[in-house]
Amino acid sequence: MALLEVRGLKASVAGKEILKGVDLTVNAGEVHAIMGPNGSGKSTLANVLAGRPSYEAIGGSALYQGKDLLAMKPENRAREGVFLAFQYPVEIPGVGNAYFLKSALNAIRRYRNEQELDAMEFMDLVNDKVKLLGLDESFLSRSLNDGFSGGEKKRNEIFQMAVLEPRLAILDETDSGLDIDALKVVANGVNTMRAKDRAIVVVTHYQRILNYIVPDFVHVLVDGRIAKSGGRELALELEKTGYASFEPRAASAR
Amino acid sequence: MSDADPRAQYLADFAALEKDFYHSEPEWVRDTRRRALARFREVGFPTLKEEMWRHTNVAPIARQPFLPAVRLGGDGVSPDRVRPARFSQFEGSELVFVNGHYAARLSTLKDLPPGVRVGSLAKVLAWDSKVVEPYLGRYAKPDANPFVALNTAFLQDGGFIEVPKGTAVKHPIHLLFVSTFHPTPAVSYPRNLIVVGEGASVTVTESYVGLDEGVYFTNPVTEAVVGPAGRFDHYKLQRESEKAFHVGALQIHQDRNSVASDNSLSFGGALVRHDVKTWFGGEGAEVALYGLYATHGTQHMDSHTLIDHAAPACTSRELYKGILDGHSRGVFYGNIVVHKDAQKTNAMQTNKNLLLSKDALADSIPGLQILANDVKCKHGSTTGQLDESAIFYLRSRGIDPEAARGMLTYAFVREVVDQVKVAAMHAILSIQLASRLPKADAVREAL
Repeated sequence: MALLEVRGLKASVAGKEILKGVDLTVNAGEVHAIMGPNGSGKSTLANVLAGRPSYEAIGGSALYQGKDLLAMKPENRAREGVFLAFQYPVEIPGVGNAYFLKSALNAIRRYRNEQELDAMEFMDLVNDKVKLLGLDESFLSRSLNDGFSGGEKKRNEIFQMAVLEPRLAILDETDSGLDIDALKVVANGVNTMRAKDRAIVVVTHYQRILNYIVPDFVHVLVDGRIAKSGGRELALELEKTGYASFEPRAASAR
Repeated sequence: MSDADPRAQYLADFAALEKDFYHSEPEWVRDTRRRALARFREVGFPTLKEEMWRHTNVAPIARQPFLPAVRLGGDGVSPDRVRPARFSQFEGSELVFVNGHYAARLSTLKDLPPGVRVGSLAKVLAWDSKVVEPYLGRYAKPDANPFVALNTAFLQDGGFIEVPKGTAVKHPIHLLFVSTFHPTPAVSYPRNLIVVGEGASVTVTESYVGLDEGVYFTNPVTEAVVGPAGRFDHYKLQRESEKAFHVGALQIHQDRNSVASDNSLSFGGALVRHDVKTWFGGEGAEVALYGLYATHGTQHMDSHTLIDHAAPACTSRELYKGILDGHSRGVFYGNIVVHKDAQKTNAMQTNKNLLLSKDALADSIPGLQILANDVKCKHGSTTGQLDESAIFYLRSRGIDPEAARGMLTYAFVREVVDQVKVAAMHAILSIQLASRLPKADAVREAL
């Protein structure tokens, strides 16, 4: 059974249909890249899979480990092992990073009937991951994303992913706004998470991040549909030719 | 005046109390009472037509006859009943007042530096009234509002704290006012007087706690005078019965280069009004006013603040936050007056309200009145709901929506909560706050 099986998925945002029938199969152990021009529906796909309330699935299906993902509440998707790294992580002054993450981890563990971690156990767990993402230790006591730089916010997303250890991680334009050093740190964090029982979906506009997170499969999303799928070479080809050849008008003229 | 006039009852009560209690008091005290009563007689209870009372209807207080609590004994309350209201793991002195009466057997007086006086105001008035004569009623004046007049006419007991020049009182002093149920609703008039000498410092915490869910009325006034370069930190935690009425006032008078702060935290009461007024009487003084009001059900809470920049080069900071749930209503009215000669004034006033339900209502009336021309003043006000994108962010990490709402609500008021530097009060505040939040257990971990 595939980890994620998306069939004919249609979705709208504010009444406007953005996804017009997406098919996508992701197996455990794989890394997929979803590329596409602005407005093609990449972020919509990521958010619909994570359950953002204003993103409405209006057709098709998405099965996660054989279960109807679209019927699950967002928190239950997370507890079942789905993780979305946000394109724009939310700043929440007054909620500490460490406290937030411990609450999240324990909510997930409770759901799975696992023992909750106390403060000591939690700190043991996170300390290594803080280093992995090149984060300062003071970062844990700061408010969630509050006053963080763009790079810090993205690193925090990957840090959260490292602590929550999802089965399916969806990275929504995690590379946007990162300089090359920050990109390497983030990519390294993601690469250490690659595992047989975990799949990673990298949503990106640019090929650049794929130099560091090498995908097994690349899909090109255009106008709400997967226009082409292939291996890593497809991303390299896109870098040369751009998305122009996939634009709807170009496609119909061909 | 007809019997139907709510003033009639108070005038009759006063006449009786004068005969039974006040007759033995020093002449200046009796005179202070009489003048305050005359003021109350003149103005009566305020109505919605008055600008300062436009958002708060005190008719339910005026309508309800109250027995002066001085007629109730303060005895008969066991230490066990009072314990939950007391500070735990507290190193400072704690004065306990039951229905307005000082309860020596429930109070704890710790060693204090030489010259520091801490005790019952009623005792001082009875035995050594000259000590308080220069202060009492001179700062919180009966013409400030009808309830200050009422309190001054009937003032009963409260804390008297005097810290002489250059003396620092290390541990906070807690004034705890508890009210109990009585078949006839009673009114108590706590009166606190705090005198901080030149270069002296003290922290005073006040708590108002209802031990039973009954109808009663608390009408407290606290007067504080802070000498040159003195420091005064004040807290008021209001946890009255949710059927009770509470109309209180704090007046701080600051001399040059003094520093003062107040943190007014309000949770209880059916109908609550609290006035905080500060006056800069000398250059270079600073004040910080923080406030938190958390309402639910049908509670009504009104916070009025006035910062009088009467002297140059003074700084004021003000932050009031409200979290309003159910059908409740919160009012913030802030006024900063910068007098003509108060150049180099620096003033900042902020009020933020979080509406947790569709039926909750927030009135926010920030205000600045600037008569000087070389000043830095700013004010702002926001009222809104929880941020849906923040809720989704937390849910997307596995946190359930109720816990997410609780965490975000707590985060909203944290700026004020973190200003509470008295650990024992912070602990009570945290529990009180958590009890108002969804998924208190999940949120409490963060407190």
